[in-house]
Amino acid sequence: MNVISTHIGQPVSRIDGVAKVTGQAKYAAEPHPPGMLYGVIVNSPIARGRIETIHDTGAREVPGVVEVMTHHNRPHTALFEKSYMDGLGVPGAPYRPLHDGEIHFNGQPVAVVLAETFEAAREAAMLVRVDYERWPHNADFEAALHQKYMPSKTRSNYVPPKPRGDAAAAYALSAVKIESRYHLAPEHHNPMEMHATTVIVEDDGTFTVWDKTQGPQAVQAYLASALSLSKDQVRVRNPYVGGAFGSGLRTVYNVFIATLAVKMLKRPVRVTLTRPQMFTHAFRPEATMDIALGASRDRALQSMIVEGVTDTSRFEHNMENIVIWGLINYKCPNAKADYKIAPRDTYTSSDMRAPGAATGVNLLEMAIDEMAYACTMDPLAFRLHNYSDSDAMHDMPLTSKALRDAMAQGAQHFGWHDRSMAPGSMRDGRELIGWGMATGIWDAMFSPTSARARLGQDGRLHIATAASDIGTGTYTILAQTAAEAFGMPLERIDIELGDSTLPECPTEGGSWTAASAGAAVWLACHSLRKKLIDMLVKSKNTPSWVKQDAVTLEGGALHGMTENGRVSLSLPDALSLAGHDMLEAEETAKPGLRGKISQMRKARFTHSAVFCEVRVDPELDTVRVTRLVNAVAAGRIMNPKTAASQIRGAMVMATGMALHEESLMDERVGRFMNHNFAEYHIPTHADVPDMDVLFVNEHDDEVSPLGVKGVGEIGMCGTAAAIANAIFHATGRRYHNLPITPGART
Amino acid sequence: MRSFSYARPATLAEACRSAEHTRFLAGGTNLIDLMKSDVERPAHVVDIKSLPMHHIVDRPDGGLRLGALVTNADTAAHPLVTDRYPLLASAILAGASPQIRNMATNGGNLNQRTRCHYFYDPAMACNKRSPDTGCAARGGRNRIMAVLGTSDACIATFPSDMCMALAALNATVNLHGPQGERTVSLRDYHCLPGDTPWRDNILQPGEIVTAIDLAPAPFGPHHTYLKIRDRLSFAFAIVSVAVGLQMKEGRIMRGSIALGGVATKPWCVPEAEALLDGRAPSHSLFRDVAERLLHGAVADRDNAAKIRLTPRVIERALWQAASGTPQSQMDKTIR
Repeated sequence: MNVISTHIGQPVSRIDGVAKVTGQAKYAAEPHPPGMLYGVIVNSPIARGRIETIHDTGAREVPGVVEVMTHHNRPHTALFEKSYMDGLGVPGAPYRPLHDGEIHFNGQPVAVVLAETFEAAREAAMLVRVDYERWPHNADFEAALHQKYMPSKTRSNYVPPKPRGDAAAAYALSAVKIESRYHLAPEHHNPMEMHATTVIVEDDGTFTVWDKTQGPQAVQAYLASALSLSKDQVRVRNPYVGGAFGSGLRTVYNVFIATLAVKMLKRPVRVTLTRPQMFTHAFRPEATMDIALGASRDRALQSMIVEGVTDTSRFEHNMENIVIWGLINYKCPNAKADYKIAPRDTYTSSDMRAPGAATGVNLLEMAIDEMAYACTMDPLAFRLHNYSDSDAMHDMPLTSKALRDAMAQGAQHFGWHDRSMAPGSMRDGRELIGWGMATGIWDAMFSPTSARARLGQDGRLHIATAASDIGTGTYTILAQTAAEAFGMPLERIDIELGDSTLPECPTEGGSWTAASAGAAVWLACHSLRKKLIDMLVKSKNTPSWVKQDAVTLEGGALHGMTENGRVSLSLPDALSLAGHDMLEAEETAKPGLRGKISQMRKARFTHSAVFCEVRVDPELDTVRVTRLVNAVAAGRIMNPKTAASQIRGAMVMATGMALHEESLMDERVGRFMNHNFAEYHIPTHADVPDMDVLFVNEHDDEVSPLGVKGVGEIGMCGTAAAIANAIFHATGRRYHNLPITPGART
Repeated sequence: MRSFSYARPATLAEACRSAEHTRFLAGGTNLIDLMKSDVERPAHVVDIKSLPMHHIVDRPDGGLRLGALVTNADTAAHPLVTDRYPLLASAILAGASPQIRNMATNGGNLNQRTRCHYFYDPAMACNKRSPDTGCAARGGRNRIMAVLGTSDACIATFPSDMCMALAALNATVNLHGPQGERTVSLRDYHCLPGDTPWRDNILQPGEIVTAIDLAPAPFGPHHTYLKIRDRLSFAFAIVSVAVGLQMKEGRIMRGSIALGGVATKPWCVPEAEALLDGRAPSHSLFRDVAERLLHGAVADRDNAAKIRLTPRVIERALWQAASGTPQSQMDKTIR
């Protein structure tokens, strides 16, 4: 599409910013319907076993308690396991909350107390006692590695990477070799807003479910299916989401339990998870990657062997793309990768910001750095030396890859060329200074999405799609897109999101929303414009200058020329002339024939080059990140302000991955023990340096209709490796385990 | 949180008459959290915020009396404190966040409870929380636990920063209880866990910390509070060291050291401090002091790194104090 940029590409501040900072934006736990009950969930302290007895007498005696709902007294739910598959669920037998007495993971909900006040519900929840029969379990990742497996094809949607050449033979013959096991600790998403659901019972008996989710239509479908309701009995809303990072991709148990309670008690219910309960569902899997790299004397990669394992639950097969990235991004004639999952008795690991790549790219880029040093070559030069202009794994051309530009501009901005090669060679007082870099890669995806544009008698343009803005700036970029497409001032555009009744939109994730919803809005606006002018032309009262190709829409009015000069028609007047109070158009953006052919023939990725400076006190094991520069090639940037915020936020998260974040599993009980913000450390302001984000010019008409690639996740990919590589440059110490905390093992 | 009765007495005497199962509420930054987590289950909460313990006053000996209800923030910013006890101000500012320091009180800081994961989680066995139920921290994820002063029953770290400075300053704690008033050295205020880990300190039922007394400090610029933690702000210490040195003509006349983050109470070893008497600063001296301080340290599953790291932090802190260049809590560079 040919986009002239009056609005798109401008650094517009968030249009929902004022609503958010003044408390006008309503989140899932905020509606307060009359007669609402508060639900507090009781979780299992054991990993595996069976509930013997639930003692709820004490809880029921607390004044204000209305019900203690368990698997014994819950209402009827769907009979078949498959009815509990959620939109982005993974193959296996989905966990069914309060289904029966069997315990599958520590933290599993076993009861919910419903009371007139939150205080009564919480106190009563503390009084529920449960006797369990304990069964043996394994929650130890090292032990689970012995049971690693690849699910059969029917139980997985994972496509194993195609090997090329003979990686083992080439490795054996390589002049320079490195081989190590790399490890990433499990992490929890921990968005600021905890998962919460408020269910309102409408006058007609239908349920309006306010839920913290990334996909209102997925939650609607899940609830209808799992609770045997018809779809029009359930409306799911999530107009505002306080971060999610993937924790809201799958349905979380609170929404099922809250709605089930409403079904039982016919009263509105709110269930909010506590921070400790945020450690009882989705998490980024623990991972190991065994990486072997071989290079020739002329420093060309000859062999790449990557074997990865991530953990999953005993009941579902969660798989991620952790091993493919090096095979795609580097020219290396011989390469193979193997990936398996290791089952343990926990909840199923899940997608967390840049799933697969945050793990796989970062660990691989640490190995690439090591290889550059083994080849005595500058790490940036080594990457350029082994640069692939195509998708080397699928042997496919790319729609675009401006990674060379990103490397050059990032290096220039950072001052990389002043770097001395030797580790430990830069010092300031007691501190060693290290400079490290890494590259990043992430999918540039596009999914079919619908949007509606409606012009009202008030002269405002109303845009609606069931997309979710999880804090990324979707409201704003869609308004910019509509403004551009319809020739409308930004302040006369309303955006409505986060409602299952709106035009279909896939669950927000994978960095595809900007490209997909953006294209849908673009199409809907153009369609509406055409419809309006068509109607006008047909109407006999319309001035004769109004013709399909002769008028322009600009500043919220139609403009044309007559012999007397320039003339205009306001949109409300145009609507009246057309004989309508309002006019609307709905369109679906999907890859057309050309797009489908392109998807078969070309691969599409976002790329980045990250540069980092750290200061390390080698005696005290302290690391300070003092500079981060990220140069990103992500096609068209809809809004450099919100896009840079996305990259910065991800860089902070990746700093956590490199230095702080680790969910500590006590495998004796299968429980993550540091389940609060005092002990699960995310970076504070003091840990975050000034971060510079550069967007490299990358024109790509093929990747998606608007040339957009998306920026939600690329900032995770490479940043943690750049930090680890900088620590090596400072100290000469290679850490193979993230996070690198004081006293951490190398 | 469970239901409780609430009272706000106007006098100390009235507060001290409180019945069994009472907790005194001051800033609430620790107690309320623990009640929400179902760790503390007081039947009665006695709010002591209106008692007259809100002042910092000069003492006749040139020292200072810190009211128990003065907030951490006000204490750290008080001119008499920043003037005479910069070590104390520094240690306070090394802890928590500004928001918490604005609420938390001096008395409450002494009485704060451990951050042990297992203490905080009622689903896990903990002798400190529920006497004689066992210690799940042993053999568990105990990277943050203590290596000094532990017992079979408990390896929970005492988490305060402020108290390490108070220990190095040899502060005195003033108590008021049903039996009247008494004083105790800060160094003797907290208890080793032994086989009664549920007793954090020597407070008797109904007894309240009313003030903390500081004797004149002879350290001049020769002090520091050096804290190593998992991130640069708002985290409890992996290891921290409070040091005050009395220096004369390049020699250390007397030294005072307290270790935090590695022990079950503020860790002071008089024999280690005595090694400094009359000596000139040197690497070997500081190494000996560190070794003496760590004497008897025992690691469990995940916390051996503390034993490796702590001597290096002690040595650095001693150099900072000896050279009169205390650690800044604003500039994160450790010199």
